Amino acid sequence: MRSYLDGSTAIVLGALDAGCDFFAGYPITPASGILMSMMRDLPRAGGVAIQGEDEIASIGMCLGAALAGARAMTATSGPGLSLYSENLGLAIMGEVPLVVVDVQRLGPATGGATTVAQGDVQFVRWGTSGGYPIIALAPSTIGECYTLTMKAFDLAERFRVPVFVLTDKDLNLTLGTVELDDFTPAEVRRREIDAAPDSMYRFDPSDQTNPMVRYGSGRPVRFTGSTHDEHAFITKDSERVEALNRHLIDKIEQHRDEIESTVTDLEEGARTLVVSYGSTAASMRAAVRATRAEGRAVSMITLLSLWPVPETALVQAMDGVDRIVVAELNPGLYAREIERIAGGRTVVPVTRIDGEMLAPEQIAGALA
Amino acid sequence: MTSVTVTPLGSFRNERSYPFCPGCGHGPILDALDRALTIRKIDPDKVVIVSDIGCSGLSDQYFATSAFHGLHGRSITYASGIKLADPGLEVVVIMGDGGTGIGGAHLINAARRNVGITVIVMNNLNFGMTGGQHSTTTPQGAITSTTPGGNLERPLDICGTAAVNGAAYAYRGTSFDDDLGDRIAEAMGHPGFAILDIWELCSAYYVRTNRFSRKGMEETMEELGLPRGFAARRDTPEYSAAYRAAAAADAGSPRRPAGIPVAHRSNLTRRTAVVLAGAAGGRVLSAARSAAQAGIASGLWAAQRDDYPVTVKTGHSVATLVLDPEPIDDVTTIPDVVVLVAPEGRARAAREAARLGADGLFVTVAGLPSVEHHAAMVTLDPADAGMLLAKGDMALACVAAVVTLRDLFPLRALHEAVAAAPKGAERMHEVIEAGAAMAAIAAGGSL
Repeated sequence: MRSYLDGSTAIVLGALDAGCDFFAGYPITPASGILMSMMRDLPRAGGVAIQGEDEIASIGMCLGAALAGARAMTATSGPGLSLYSENLGLAIMGEVPLVVVDVQRLGPATGGATTVAQGDVQFVRWGTSGGYPIIALAPSTIGECYTLTMKAFDLAERFRVPVFVLTDKDLNLTLGTVELDDFTPAEVRRREIDAAPDSMYRFDPSDQTNPMVRYGSGRPVRFTGSTHDEHAFITKDSERVEALNRHLIDKIEQHRDEIESTVTDLEEGARTLVVSYGSTAASMRAAVRATRAEGRAVSMITLLSLWPVPETALVQAMDGVDRIVVAELNPGLYAREIERIAGGRTVVPVTRIDGEMLAPEQIAGALA
Repeated sequence: MTSVTVTPLGSFRNERSYPFCPGCGHGPILDALDRALTIRKIDPDKVVIVSDIGCSGLSDQYFATSAFHGLHGRSITYASGIKLADPGLEVVVIMGDGGTGIGGAHLINAARRNVGITVIVMNNLNFGMTGGQHSTTTPQGAITSTTPGGNLERPLDICGTAAVNGAAYAYRGTSFDDDLGDRIAEAMGHPGFAILDIWELCSAYYVRTNRFSRKGMEETMEELGLPRGFAARRDTPEYSAAYRAAAAADAGSPRRPAGIPVAHRSNLTRRTAVVLAGAAGGRVLSAARSAAQAGIASGLWAAQRDDYPVTVKTGHSVATLVLDPEPIDDVTTIPDVVVLVAPEGRARAAREAARLGADGLFVTVAGLPSVEHHAAMVTLDPADAGMLLAKGDMALACVAAVVTLRDLFPLRALHEAVAAAPKGAERMHEVIEAGAAMAAIAAGGSL
């Protein structure tokens, strides 16, 4: 049977079906719908939801709860993400599984609270000090809001890292028709708990993610945001320092194949490839349908994961193409990632920063 | 839970020795915490020490308990999250006076919520680790590296602030007190938010720049009206327990989206986009939503993109409703029908109407400002409605009119969509009929 719902509802359903049992957030348009649903529904599902006094407290409570065994999520928009910055770093350093929904709105600063934009695409990647990897997924439909939120919980457990679900005002607040059969819970990794009393947390091999030990589960657990050794004691020993930092990079970079996700739709003989993500991808798909209806060959790729950059699929899709159009609602922020791997091909950003959606006609116009 | 064996320790300290300066109060305070943990005979596995930043932030490393060493000023937020997620844990925050400044909002709000954590403030009246700068608790006139001419700021009353905002337990003492371990144990055992403001000497900086001593510190406390003793000791519901009790009393289940069974048939053969431009508070979005649900109940796919300013009950409110016999991906589309419902929607209606194609339709209500366009036009006249339409009725009336004019789906489907409304369904049925009547008269014989 069909139903009528928006992206925020789909994200909440995805979180509940993934076993989320802790949520903390602060009201902010256009992410407040997630907070309100969680405040009402999470206690009914046996979890805890709380509205923090600000964004800093909200993500802070999520970190504490995660170490006490909870599967935590928070949701915000650009101005709130600015306040998350320091704690995102702590989550990376302390290897905390956490899902962060960023419902983008037009920036900078307060910007346009009810205005669609995709200006946080680099901000989520580089939004804290140090420059260490995170994971960001980007649904482009209401159905993907559900499936990718579940996947975000799965990856957060797999890699013990903050995982972003990067959406935008249009994706979260636009209502659409869905098939309820598509909202069936997927297999989501449970928390891997290290039950052995004498096992030790290790940075070696560097790409291995260690199982967690929750507070109160039988032996003391140490956690720190300071540069630390395997016992979570502060260290300046350069060998230990590098081992820690190399581990934070390698555990993600060496397992990109488990994270990268795209939908490719390549056409024989196409010389142009269109790349897009988020709600803009729907405009891209409409533009490509219209262009093909005119008998012109064009290929496209929808990026469902943005960080790490899904380079394998992108490079494959670029084969035989000499022009790449990148459609996004910002000054061309992700186009530079495409340019980096385009091997000298022409990269044409199609952008809009006036607060309106990219129209399919605008993208189609760049496919000539 | 597999193990219920409690193994209280003679000491909760590990083998590591303190790194604090000679004469610093941090060591004696941590010894008092160790005594408190021993008095309370807690399973060390159930204790989480949450440390802030600065010299006090080193504290967790000297205990055989669990630890969370986070960011400056945020220790109370981590502790709150830990307690909310697992109320069975004993959570102790160790922070400096610096943390009460950068984390002041968290302190006040944790006290107000009365989350069951115990906060020990190692209050040495300045920032020690970073070079003796003044803090929120530095007394007026004190010399620090950032108040070379004497501090002009009034010091924060930590206990008074916590107490006035609802903390269950607030106590001020010093690192020299013999009963400090008892007080910490008492605070940990007291249900709700407990805070201990423990004054002490920073031998590296504050003592040096202010010729400060134990005696001077005790005199300063008296002079400032911040003496030893209780600012609060009251019975008030602890938050994580209160939360669970409230949740247990709520018998509801998490909501799942309701399915919309197909009970009607639509004659629509191609995608149709209707822009409904009206006023905030005019029920524009809910009217579009009812139409979408009616469309889905008629076998169509529906999508709806809403647009409104940041204000709530003022300004425009615009819904773009797309109905399609095929699944809908993108909602950004050239409109087929543009409806001006209220004057506030005029600017947007004008922009959308200019994009109407040759077979487009512009619908307006008699008396509304004119809009330039080249499409066919229908003017609905409230005089034909057969009832007095209020401002909040007009969007639904217009939707019913468009359904009639464009034969989007049977009007009965729209009646059924509004029937489930929690209130006002009776009137909405009348408004739908009124909209259809206006459309029939406005279109004359062409319907």
